[in-house]
This record gives sequence, structure tokens and C-alpha cells, in this order.
Amino acid sequence: MKLTIGLSQMNTVLGDVQANLEKHLEIAKQARSQGADLLVFPELSLTGYVLQDLVPTLAHRPTADDPVFRPLLAASQKIDLMVGFVEVDERRRFFIAAAYLSRGQVLHVHRKVYLPTYSMFDEGRFFAWGDSVRAFNTRFGRVGMLICEDFWHASPPYLLWLDGADLFLHMSASPGRGLNDSDRLESAAWVDHINAAYASLFTAFVAHANRVGYEDGLNFWGGSALYGPDGSLLVEGPMHEEALTLGEIDMTRLHHTRARLPLLRDERPGLVARELERILHSQSPNPGR
Amino acid sequence: MTDLTINPAVARKILTGWIRAEITRSGMQHAVVGLSGGLDSAMSCFLAAEALGPQNVLAVRMPYRTSSQDSLDDAQRVIDATGVQSATIEITPMVEPLMERFPEMTSLRRGNIMARMRMVVLYDQSAAFGGLVVGTGNKTEILLGYTTLYGDSACALNPLGDLYKTQVRQLASAMGVPESVRVKPPTADLWAGQTDEGELGFTYAEVDKLLYLLVDERATPEECVQAGYDEAFVRKVVERIRRNHFKRVMPPIAKLSNRTVGYDFLYLRDWGT
Repeated sequence: MKLTIGLSQMNTVLGDVQANLEKHLEIAKQARSQGADLLVFPELSLTGYVLQDLVPTLAHRPTADDPVFRPLLAASQKIDLMVGFVEVDERRRFFIAAAYLSRGQVLHVHRKVYLPTYSMFDEGRFFAWGDSVRAFNTRFGRVGMLICEDFWHASPPYLLWLDGADLFLHMSASPGRGLNDSDRLESAAWVDHINAAYASLFTAFVAHANRVGYEDGLNFWGGSALYGPDGSLLVEGPMHEEALTLGEIDMTRLHHTRARLPLLRDERPGLVARELERILHSQSPNPGR
Repeated sequence: MTDLTINPAVARKILTGWIRAEITRSGMQHAVVGLSGGLDSAMSCFLAAEALGPQNVLAVRMPYRTSSQDSLDDAQRVIDATGVQSATIEITPMVEPLMERFPEMTSLRRGNIMARMRMVVLYDQSAAFGGLVVGTGNKTEILLGYTTLYGDSACALNPLGDLYKTQVRQLASAMGVPESVRVKPPTADLWAGQTDEGELGFTYAEVDKLLYLLVDERATPEECVQAGYDEAFVRKVVERIRRNHFKRVMPPIAKLSNRTVGYDFLYLRDWGT
């Protein structure tokens, strides 16, 4: 099965959901006209990133009667969409979330499970922590979604892999930092490095959409990219500029890669579970629990 | 080894994009820069000119009667090289009445008055020109507090504040800032013969590496001494950073209510844009 994935490397208006929604619909139309089957938007693409006290005023529910999701679901009749938004649950908790929309349905919602609250990040102050990592079926195969810090940790991609994901969809609002003598910022080099590593370690496809633009002094660096199951870079967007980057992937390549390199076949989740159980209950002063 | 080498092309792209974004999102097209003839203001002027187009940038020279002719000439070289609009507004007749009233005034007070008068002129010009004041303070002087609060530190946005002085020099070289501006000793030019390094008591080359260790690498003062820095120098710099922190933050508001500006009324300045 072949599909064309679009990576929407966009800027957003901070706290203006309506303006961002219109931009989503416009880009979806453009991506579809260029032959994309699936379009991935960046983290919090409907709201902007550093929301702070704006969070409660921008929250939505991914349902057909929501004024923001109604038009997005309609657009998903023609192209699958992964969008980033602030989700509010029935208990009035707010999450950084990703919704996968296809043929008018919400197939899956992922709530960010790792909220960076250090350095320039303050997500844990404003958002609740998601508590599940699940793969789900799409018309292209089984997929897993992660949001930025989620995939700085090795465990969420690992869980998705074991849960059947062959295509990882990663979305970020990654602030650029670490200027040195290289032609890319440290943060950009790091994210490229780990996404390529997941593609290799899990012999899977990885798509990453990162936003661009500025919020106060922060810059978002773009560089959205698509990686093949051998870790190779298939396409890459420009740095610091808006772009719609398209790449075609052929899911049958998994067959060839995994015939040659049976990492999935030989993975031993039972051993992982046993050892994790032991580590969790160990009396030793072992950090990391 | 501490290496402060930057890729100037990356810095240039981010900073020009940032100036353009931050000025246009506030509904403006123009920038105003106070041009001293020194490296930092030249750098900000070059970046603003590239970001917005030179016709949208106003460079203002604001000499005092003791300001050196070299400074004025160097500022003119920057104006010529960038093609920005320019104005020269002498501050002597504005500051002297205040200085004359207090004949015992120290050079520090006089210097602060000049820096703040330039701020008044610059903000007034920004209103007349319909633009925002682009700042010129680099990371070294912000950390050391080598700046006049509400004077040269006053601006609407500052593209240089995360670059050490030695890094500004690298960017300036790559962007074609005139050589005479880049090679002369940095000076606030508040009195004859003043130089930054003379007044601070150390060189930028030395202190930038130490600051990088302390701030960027989060090294302890003891680790810096172990790395070979003179203990008195380290102590002096650490104390300067602490003592001048008030210049880096908004004035604290005494909290009384449940929601207070600065504590739990949290929005970015770019809110809604």
C-alpha cells in the first residue's frame, strides 16, 4: 500500500482558534489537490503553543457537534487529518491532544503523556497528563500518534510499536535552541537524530510535523521530516519557513526491511515486562521509578 | 574547551525572521534604532534593515557634546552601508540644564542621564516614525548589568540579548558591518577615554567564556575555578550577575488579590497575534 503524507509546517495565531481553523482547512485543500492522503499538523496547531492562562478559553472536544471539529471532520472526508488542540474532558481537565480524523470520524485521540515542565517549558502547570499510549487502525494500516516530549522518552514509541504501529505520527511545537557552529540548532539536530533512531530501531515509518514562527522570543524551527524503516530520511521541510512537505511511502517496504532485519519478530516484551516488574518492586535505591 | 563559535547564517535567519514577525504582528512596519557608532547598535541596525527593508528603519544618532567624532563617523558608515533612514538629534541642550543644577554630579549620574535622555528621544522618534524601538543589549552586558535601566536597555524587542559580545562580533563580521566599527574597543562613550573593558576590569573574550560556563553550562563557581579561572575574577562576575538581576526583571508588584499581574496573570506579549 502506498500513501502520500503531507507535513503541514505552519505558523499559528496565538490563541485564535478560528483563524487557525481556517488555515487548517485551507492547507487541507491544498494538500489534497497535491495528492496527499494524510495530512499531519504540528502540536497545538489549532491554538498556538505558549498558552498559559489562555488554556481554558481555547479548549474543545473532538466531537461532530463541536464548532471547530465539525468543519475538520467534513474536510476529513477527502483527506485524513491529524490535528493538535487543547482538549477538555467531562471533568474539566485540559490536555494537549492530537486527534486523528478520517472519513468524518474521530478514529483516535492521544493526550500528551509527558508534559515538559523545566527550563523554558511550563506545560505541567497548565495541563493534565494523559495516561494512555495506544496504536489504532486506519485505512493505511496501524498508526501511533505522539506529541513532542512524548517521543523524547523511549517508552511511548516502544509501546506503540508493540501495540502494532507501523507508522508513527509525531507532532511538535519545538522551540529552537542551542546555537553553535553547526548549520542547525541543537534542538533540531536532536529531534532529527531520535526520529531517525525510532525508524531504525522499530523498522517503521516515522513522520514528524513541527511548526514554525515565533511566540515572544521563542522560535520554532520547522524541519518536518519523514523517515523510512531503515532510518533513512525520505523528505525534509525547510528550516524556519512555512511549508507543506509531501512524501510518498510504500508500506510494503516494511516487508523487505523486516525480512532482512527481524527486530520486531525477535523483540521480547515478556522479558521487558518481567524485568520492569522486578525493577519497580526492587528494594534497591534505583532511580527512574 | 569552551567554544563560543556560532553559525552566523543560522543566527541571521532566526533573528531577521523574528524582528519581522514581532514588528508586523503588532501592526507595525517600521523600526527605530539608536545608533552609537558601536558594534551592538550597528548589528541591530543591520538586522532590522534586512528584516524590514532599509526604508522602514530609522537610525537615530544622539551625540552629546563630548561624544567622539569617531563615533558619529562610524554611525554614518553604518547608515551608508545599510541604506536606512537617519536622523541626528543632539542631546546636549536637553541634558545640560539638569546636570548644571547639580554641579557635584558624578560621571555615573551624568552617564545615566544621557542614556535615559536618548531613550526619551528614541521613543519619541518611534512614535513619530510609527515603529518599534529595536534594542541593542547583548547577553554579556545584560548578565553583567552593564547598562542603564530605562536608558539604553529600554526597547520593544531585543534581537541581540542571547548573543555574547564575542558572538555579536562573529555575526557582525558575517553580515558586513564596517570594519572600523568591529575593531575599535567597545565604549559607552559617556566620557572621554571610557572603554567597557577598562571600566569592567576584564576583557569580553575572558568574561564571555566564563559567563558561558556559569550560565549556559550551569557550572558552579568552584567548577569554574577548577577549570582555571582566577577565583577573584569568578567571584566578581558571579556577584555582578546577582547584584544586577533587578535590571533583568519587571519591578515586583506587591501581591494582595487572588490574581496579580506578574504572578498568576500569565499571557505572552504576543497573545492574540
